[in-house]
Amino acid sequence: MLQFIFRRSVGAVVTLFLLGAVTFFLFVAAPSDYASLACGKDCSPQRLHDIREALGLDQPLAQQFWNFMSGIVMGRDFPTGHCNAPCLGVSFYSGDPVWSTIMDRFPTTLTLTLGGAVVFLVVGVGAGMLAAYKRGSMVDKVATGASMVLSSFQIYFLGPIVLIIFVYSTGWMDNPQYHPITDDPIKWFTGLLLPTLVMATIFTAQYTRMARSSMIEQMAEEHVRTARAKGMSSKYVFFRYAWRGALIPIVTVLGIDISSMLGGAVVTEITFSLQGIGRLAVDGASHKDLPLTMGVMLFGAFFILIFNILTDIAYAYIDPRVRLS
Amino acid sequence: MTTLTKTEDAPAPTGPESFLSVRDLKVQFSTEDGIVKAVDGLSFDVERGKTLGIVGESGSGKSVTNLTILGLHSPRSTTVEGEIVLDGKELVTASERELERLRGNKMAMIFQDPLTALSPFYTVGRQLSEPYMKHTGASKKEARDRAVQMLEKVGIPQPKMRFDDYPHQFSGGMRQRAMIAMALMCDPDLLIADEPTTALDVTVQAQILDLLKDLQQEFGSAIIFITHDLGVISTMADDLLVMYAGRAIERGSVREVMREPRHPYTWGLLSSMPRLDSDVDEALTPIPGSPPSLLNPPTGCPFHPRCAFRDEVPGTLCTDTRPSLGDGRAAACHLTAEQKQTIFIDKIQPRLR
Repeated sequence: MLQFIFRRSVGAVVTLFLLGAVTFFLFVAAPSDYASLACGKDCSPQRLHDIREALGLDQPLAQQFWNFMSGIVMGRDFPTGHCNAPCLGVSFYSGDPVWSTIMDRFPTTLTLTLGGAVVFLVVGVGAGMLAAYKRGSMVDKVATGASMVLSSFQIYFLGPIVLIIFVYSTGWMDNPQYHPITDDPIKWFTGLLLPTLVMATIFTAQYTRMARSSMIEQMAEEHVRTARAKGMSSKYVFFRYAWRGALIPIVTVLGIDISSMLGGAVVTEITFSLQGIGRLAVDGASHKDLPLTMGVMLFGAFFILIFNILTDIAYAYIDPRVRLS
Repeated sequence: MTTLTKTEDAPAPTGPESFLSVRDLKVQFSTEDGIVKAVDGLSFDVERGKTLGIVGESGSGKSVTNLTILGLHSPRSTTVEGEIVLDGKELVTASERELERLRGNKMAMIFQDPLTALSPFYTVGRQLSEPYMKHTGASKKEARDRAVQMLEKVGIPQPKMRFDDYPHQFSGGMRQRAMIAMALMCDPDLLIADEPTTALDVTVQAQILDLLKDLQQEFGSAIIFITHDLGVISTMADDLLVMYAGRAIERGSVREVMREPRHPYTWGLLSSMPRLDSDVDEALTPIPGSPPSLLNPPTGCPFHPRCAFRDEVPGTLCTDTRPSLGDGRAAACHLTAEQKQTIFIDKIQPRLR
């Protein structure tokens, strides 16, 4: 297992490097010159040259790329001072180190993601399992119907409605905002409650449908029938035999969802005007801010790779057939 | 079946003293296309220590019958009528809890494909121990000892070590042995084997059949052996029930049915069976046509659309009257006894030799 984790981690680092290279050269190849953008309309060649020099854009591309990638591991010196590893460079636009900007924004996204995951796992998977257990009953019909309706909603549709009801007309809640948990746990909780719930609602609906269908599929498996043929109670069969197999698709999708959310819940963040990673990524791209875009992209990719490995480890835990000897 | 005395007289359905008696069983599924009459008026008996073979094509209702005995049909879409009495206990009307107590305990099932029938997620040992702990209240340790003992009995080498293996670490034959061990954990009085050797290669098949016979002698269980392999059934069973379209169409002792079959469908089955001693050039004789749809079974005798001897029966008897299966040695066919005799001797026997 350790060997497996090591091998996969090495693979992840290589992937990150390649991803970084592709992003970097694509960005450079695109018709986006930050220097002339920053210089403005009446730009003198001398001024443009100065800006280029200040941003390090006068150096050869390979050198620029190397500076960026090596900075992540070893840190980097800028005219404005030293940037500690992991150094993702300095934003062209704001002049702030990218890493510290990401770290400022990350708690918002992390709270949204984890809060949302708790809700949609407990409520969504729970409702799906209940619906599968009582298949054909009223409970099943309500759960299936509700998840159909809710999963066809969108965050940018549901979000404003919730804001109008709970914030603007009744004033029950403040406008959603992130407060560090260390400052005030209650404000941390209430501050992001609405966006978390709105985002989780959409996911809950999807997880309900997925959990229900994979439980039903598993209940039809022959080994589940064997367990019943042994006289095991239907509850036992449901939770021990069918559940185990139904976990695999759920874990797969969960890994993808969480990792992509950690890389930025763009729609939720923008709908609720939150300053998270997703917002940062959009800003970086629209400002043609190369270091910021690279940084956010690699940050997101890091989570995708980590959760990929975690998902594989979970598979091995769930299914002995994929266990590595 | 060497040590078991063979009853030459018919396995007549003789009232409630039989160990398992099935009476006029009807199983219907409601599907989107309509009602499927999977089993339609089936009756049979099995005695302790005896093996009843059930043969028939796919979709003839063999497996459904046996899943229904265990109560493993889906209650939502299935209606069951008739009577299933196991050792004096009526099963059709029994509650799920009562059935749970019987399943794996008094009656157990060996499934066709041990790869899919064993859970890939738990060790073989755990899957064996579970029903024993549940039905006998044994501790984990006792269940482990019992499971190891059973694994040894079915011929799994190093059972102590194998206890902790997962099914995918077993070979096909070993998995089926483990499956049999699992079915035998609680000394069931009734063992239903649903094509237990179909997924195995021939040498392993023979070993498994020997094993089942030995175990039956030791435990004295009644066995229902489902197969479409007539060669297997002739070595395994005492009595034979031939099913077609959810109905029993011929019944008798194995010897009687194999030597002197009385139903055109059974003739077809036997003629389509390859024989080692037959001429290589001699073509097998398949039964023409295909099994009937159970959504809309043929009127009268369900076999009449495929029956080569329909013209021998006067009038429209075959198409509008369902032949009844009498008691004892019997075949559900409108042909008279003399006709059957003549046809069998003249046309069928030469093909079988």
